[in-house]
Amino acid sequence: MTEASNEKLVYERPHALLPVVTNYCPGCPHGIVIRLVTEVLDELGVEGKTIGVAPVGCAVMSYDFFACDMIEAAHGRAPAVATGVKRALPDSVVFAYQGDGDLASIGMAETVHAATRGENVTVIFINNAIYGMTGGQMAPTSLPNQVTQTSPYGRDVNTAGYPIRVAELLSNLDGVAYIERVTVDKPANVRKAKKAIKKAFQTQIEGRGYSMVEVVSTCPTNWGMTPQEAFGWMNENMLPYYPLGVYKDVVADGYENAAEAARARAAACPIANPQVED
Amino acid sequence: MTEKVLMKGNEALAEAALRAGCRFFFGYPITPQTEVAAYMSKRLPQVGGTYLQAESEVAAINMVYGASAAGARVMTSSSSPGISLKSEGISYMAGSDLPGVIINIQRGGPGLGGIQPSQSDYWQATRATGHGDFQIFVFAPSTVQEMADCAYEAFDIADKYRIPVMILGDGLLGQMMEPVCLPEARDMESLPAKPWATMGHKHEREHNVVNSLYLTADKLESLNIERYERYDVIKANEQRCEEYLVDDADFVVVAFGASARVARSAVNAAREQGIKVGLLRPITLWPFPEAAINKACEHAKAFLAVEMNMGQMVDDVRLVVNGRVPVEFYGRTGGVIPTPAEVLGKIVEMTEREGE
Amino acid sequence: MSKDMQAVFAGFGGQGTLFSGKVVAYAGLIEGREVSWFPSYGPEMRGGTANCSVTVSDGLIGSPLVTEPDAVIAMNQPSYDKFVDLVKPGGVIVADTSMVAELGQHPDVRVIGIPATQIAEEAGLKGLANIVLLGRLFAEEPFCALETVDAALQKCIPPKKAAMLDKNRVAFKLGTEA
Repeated sequence: MTEASNEKLVYERPHALLPVVTNYCPGCPHGIVIRLVTEVLDELGVEGKTIGVAPVGCAVMSYDFFACDMIEAAHGRAPAVATGVKRALPDSVVFAYQGDGDLASIGMAETVHAATRGENVTVIFINNAIYGMTGGQMAPTSLPNQVTQTSPYGRDVNTAGYPIRVAELLSNLDGVAYIERVTVDKPANVRKAKKAIKKAFQTQIEGRGYSMVEVVSTCPTNWGMTPQEAFGWMNENMLPYYPLGVYKDVVADGYENAAEAARARAAACPIANPQVED
Repeated sequence: MTEKVLMKGNEALAEAALRAGCRFFFGYPITPQTEVAAYMSKRLPQVGGTYLQAESEVAAINMVYGASAAGARVMTSSSSPGISLKSEGISYMAGSDLPGVIINIQRGGPGLGGIQPSQSDYWQATRATGHGDFQIFVFAPSTVQEMADCAYEAFDIADKYRIPVMILGDGLLGQMMEPVCLPEARDMESLPAKPWATMGHKHEREHNVVNSLYLTADKLESLNIERYERYDVIKANEQRCEEYLVDDADFVVVAFGASARVARSAVNAAREQGIKVGLLRPITLWPFPEAAINKACEHAKAFLAVEMNMGQMVDDVRLVVNGRVPVEFYGRTGGVIPTPAEVLGKIVEMTEREGE
Repeated sequence: MSKDMQAVFAGFGGQGTLFSGKVVAYAGLIEGREVSWFPSYGPEMRGGTANCSVTVSDGLIGSPLVTEPDAVIAMNQPSYDKFVDLVKPGGVIVADTSMVAELGQHPDVRVIGIPATQIAEEAGLKGLANIVLLGRLFAEEPFCALETVDAALQKCIPPKKAAMLDKNRVAFKLGTEA
């Protein structure tokens, strides 16, 4: 140890991240994203009033990583569970942390309806175009011609259909206040991702409506690549299909919240805009 | 005592739940239970509660899971096909030791079945409300008053034992009106504390985790064994049944819910003919009133299970009787309600066969 | 004390059969008797068939589904045809002859026909044929004390529809005199 005056703290485990070893494979971006979420919980000072909902998938054990109160949901049901928590404890901060199979396949109904209800929760969505935990099967976001264990000849869109662009899909729903798609392949993008995650939580805390951050991610293990190769493949193939950027931000659009934006969008519909009598 | 009012079973149940401190309802429309949801949608906002019409039964039960994890008294209701969809969430609640109240206003099945009253979800409620080793507590009310009383008590049982509680009604009990005295509203401040709940740790304790995943077989086994020890306590303390003319009975009819109403009429008619028959009416289906059946077994020459299904509860009667005396069955299914005359006919037939 | 009664109120959805059944059930409740009311339920909300079973008794009520009624009010032909043969011998069926054209021969049953819809409309009580028929049934089979009917009507008509109370009273009286 050097003298205190010479020390510069460059790394500290976030308080909201428990001192445990994660179950993630080497090179998996989940660790980065979980760290970003916990840094944001620290910075916003909300760990004590936060309840997280873990999915089924590679993040299934994340209830052991996050220091806030945690609930493990059934596969795909995290948005419904988060809804139940938030309705019971409206002053708490509630987030769901989900992968692509959980959020966009088995849980798509729960996802769409939580978003369209404008549930004031935050969803962190890891899109790595594959089912990781079960060993590399085709996901709802697997790309056309992508080879997986259950699309061994490549995803044939004629039989398996097309990937779902979740950020684009949800951004069309009136209950949504903020959606951004980010990635974590290099420091600049990690910083952007953190900014987006923080903004999503702030959107919730300010009561503006549903917020989601989609993190375009990789699965080196099941893609059969090194972490570096995986990020290369992601940049080459996934980012053109899933462009990064802000997909919805009602505040930037000049509205106070999702509800106000929804009313403006339905301005021509009398029943959606009842006249308030003086 | 409050004033007696005329209410539908579904509405009396909903009002009693609200008075028990239920402030959250997540559901989905399905006949013949929809009045529960409609009533809650009207009443809950008046008491600062939340009614939410979910996108599906699956979502509804998972919202129940979330609100229960967050410490709330919460309920959902459905009818048979909807309960099948909820079975996933019920299993997760059981595995996570979450309290919660689930209403099943049964209709005929299988499949889309029909919408007329039925009791064909007995097995589902008592054997297989979802995957895995678990039981849920099952009430079987038989009157509108009991619909209210069971709903009121269900929340206490659920919280006390951290177990999902089902009220297994049917279209007849849900739709009919009878006079009912509603219970007094609970003081919300008096509800039990839930130190295990995920309500935010406020930096005052370790984080709580609500979870049913245990990847180590030994760990999962020991948790299941622990839960079954709790089930033994429930079995010892919470068996409920009504005995009607059973003390001196040579023949005992066993029936629950709506079919018990019919069976009672048949028992009365048989008594008028001088047949010494009684009615044993389970009010809890799980725990099944084994003690009462065993007691009746000391003098009964035979049992007759009467149900609105193809023969489900009769299995439990047979398990308890365990071959000591014959156990017979009479049932109507598909939404047909048996008549007292039919049941009386079966009683007479049985007495002739077994000898009086 | 009135005698036990099992009754069926049947007609098209929207004619108020469930309501008139409820009045009888409430009357029984007010007099401290055992009562049950059980509706047919199903996909037909308006214009389909709707009926309810009502039992008023001094003993515990078994099945609330009335299969052998002592009394029936029939507000359309299909209901009349369906229930007339189920009435217990000596029982009564009151039909709205504005809606039921064919009463037929039923020697074991007291068949009473009154043009209730017409009576109601002529008295400016459109939609209250159900209560006119109830009045007629009461005249034939008093299922409770007369003053209890009024108390039951007050229970069954919500405060925000209080204006309907007097109209119901008039309709009931017209029925008793029809």
